[in-house]
Amino acid sequence: MLNYTIRRLVLAVPTLLFISLIIFSLLKLAPGNPLGDLPLTIPPEVREKMREALGVNKPLLVQYLLWLKEFFVVEPLHAIDVIFGTHYSAGMQRIISWQTRSPVFDIIAQRIPQTLWVVGLAYVVGVLIALPIGILSAYKQYSVFDQTGTFAAMLGLAVPPFFSGVLMILIFSVYLNWFPAIYDTNLNVVSWHSLWEQIRQMVMPVLVLAIQTTSQISRYLRSSMLDNLSQDYVRTARAKGMSESRVVLIHVLRNSMIPVITVIALGVPSVFGGAIVTEQIFLVNGIGQLLITAIYANDLPMVQTITFIFAVLIVLFNLVADLLYGVLDPRIRYD
Amino acid sequence: MLDAGEGAGGALAGHDTDPRRKLVEVRGLKMYFPITSGLLRRHVGDVKAVDNVSFDIYEGETLGLVGESGCGKSTTGRALLRLYEVTDGVVKIDGQEVARADARTLRRMRTTMQMVFQDPQASLNPRMTVASIISEPLDEHTRLSKKEKLARIYELMDAVGLNRTFANRYPHEFSGGQRQRIGIARALALNPKFIVCDEPIAALDVSIQAQVVNLLEELQEKLGLTYLFISHDLSMVRHIADRVAVMYLGQMAELAPREALYSTPLHPYTEALLSAVPDPDPAVETRRERIILSGDVPSPANPPKGCNFCTRCPKVLPICKDVEPVFREVQPRHYVACHLYDPDMTQDAGATGA
Repeated sequence: MLNYTIRRLVLAVPTLLFISLIIFSLLKLAPGNPLGDLPLTIPPEVREKMREALGVNKPLLVQYLLWLKEFFVVEPLHAIDVIFGTHYSAGMQRIISWQTRSPVFDIIAQRIPQTLWVVGLAYVVGVLIALPIGILSAYKQYSVFDQTGTFAAMLGLAVPPFFSGVLMILIFSVYLNWFPAIYDTNLNVVSWHSLWEQIRQMVMPVLVLAIQTTSQISRYLRSSMLDNLSQDYVRTARAKGMSESRVVLIHVLRNSMIPVITVIALGVPSVFGGAIVTEQIFLVNGIGQLLITAIYANDLPMVQTITFIFAVLIVLFNLVADLLYGVLDPRIRYD
Repeated sequence: MLDAGEGAGGALAGHDTDPRRKLVEVRGLKMYFPITSGLLRRHVGDVKAVDNVSFDIYEGETLGLVGESGCGKSTTGRALLRLYEVTDGVVKIDGQEVARADARTLRRMRTTMQMVFQDPQASLNPRMTVASIISEPLDEHTRLSKKEKLARIYELMDAVGLNRTFANRYPHEFSGGQRQRIGIARALALNPKFIVCDEPIAALDVSIQAQVVNLLEELQEKLGLTYLFISHDLSMVRHIADRVAVMYLGQMAELAPREALYSTPLHPYTEALLSAVPDPDPAVETRRERIILSGDVPSPANPPKGCNFCTRCPKVLPICKDVEPVFREVQPRHYVACHLYDPDMTQDAGATGA
């Protein structure tokens, strides 16, 4: 397993380099001027100086290589400096956002807690709700519960968050006034009251996102459970005189979780990616919102870096999913 | 006795010539699978997989159950152990009623009755080690300590000829024959009295088949087990069984002691079945006359009105198409369901109107 992991990690390097090149080229091909927002009164020679300062006047290949150096050398060194108090990265150029003129990674570090709280919690909640629904719908196939679950899952998958989110705001904030419509990032949890406020403002974005996860995972689990429920070993377990709960929750569920866990693992990168639409609706200033504003503002270093971090996470969690498969299913060995 | 036993079982219960104790009594067992169709999944009929079957199994014997594919052999075996919810009938194992027992009683009764399954690969949970597969019934039904359990696992593995060092391996790491040994060890874990062997050798190599059958015989001798041995391999059944039952289209055609059945088969279907067994002697084989049945087995959803075999029987009589024959003892311990052996056909016609 260790050899396999190392081989996969080594193979991931050319993959990621290729992805970074694609992202870079695509962004450079896209129209847009980083100084487009600046007043027209700025004289051309000053403009030229500003372009130079941003590094956009250099040849494309040099720009790309510089970005690679900043991403793979300077930023890790800076992270080490911050953690251990050393000075390896002193004087080196970090990746700078064109929008704010501050290091991209500092901004990401500010935004990630909101995203992890809201989107991460939604993922956990979604999976936790999906498990009992998936198990029950498969065990009682074609029952009223199963039919309702199927309908709800189809609805959950079909209704986009920009609709369900707005609908929830309308019902629960405007008409019922139960939850705040806007997520307040400045809220510090210091007391029971502020904790309650935090929970209240998280309910709606978490629910909107959890519906999607629940719909998807419960479908996967249902079909996987159905596959396993008709297997011979289930009959064996019943013939052994195992209790029904043990048959279903130990024998069937443990086998059914193998494909589902990999689906769950593959979904984790999207948690870090935030939820562009949902974060916009509830004004959660997380990573998704950061990405979309960076795109609007032509902030290429920011877009390039965030997109590339997604790519790294996707490659990484693909590996994690494959390894989990090996851990969960004794028939699969990576030797 | 019990109502369900009356139709075909009446004759059986009356003439009990065997002094041994009956371990398993089956009376009028019916296992229908509903056919639904249309948008509203209306019930439009039944597949009569097992239709009014009655027989006994005596303690310590092996009853062979043979028949072609789809005749209801496996369904009978599974229904006996209540792996299906039986439609009708009475099944008594070791004096206890199985077919109608509630879930709790049934689970406790699982210790006396066990099953060895056909496909040793699919019937073992791929995520459990051999030790956990064997010990799971012990966790559920006994209060042994960890040490005693381990001792019992090793004892069982020794008994079926598995190396003790294999205890922590997974089923996929074994060969077919070894997997079937795991299945047998698992079935033996709770010291059952009655084991249904559902084509335990069908998925195995011929060389391994003999090993597994010999192991089953050895275990029977040592532990005094009673087997229902389901198979379509007539020569293997001849080797292992004390009595043999022949099924056709969900019903019992014939039930007789082994030698009687193989030397003087009474039912035309049994004759045809036995004539299909090849002879190892080429001289005999070339002279052997096979009875080739014409046509196909009728659908169990829509069996013929009279005798189930009447559509293909070479000795068919007019009465066979209208009246279902009674399964009766025509020679000592030799039961057959065929009009050819009716002592009085006209009287019988009235009795089996149902």
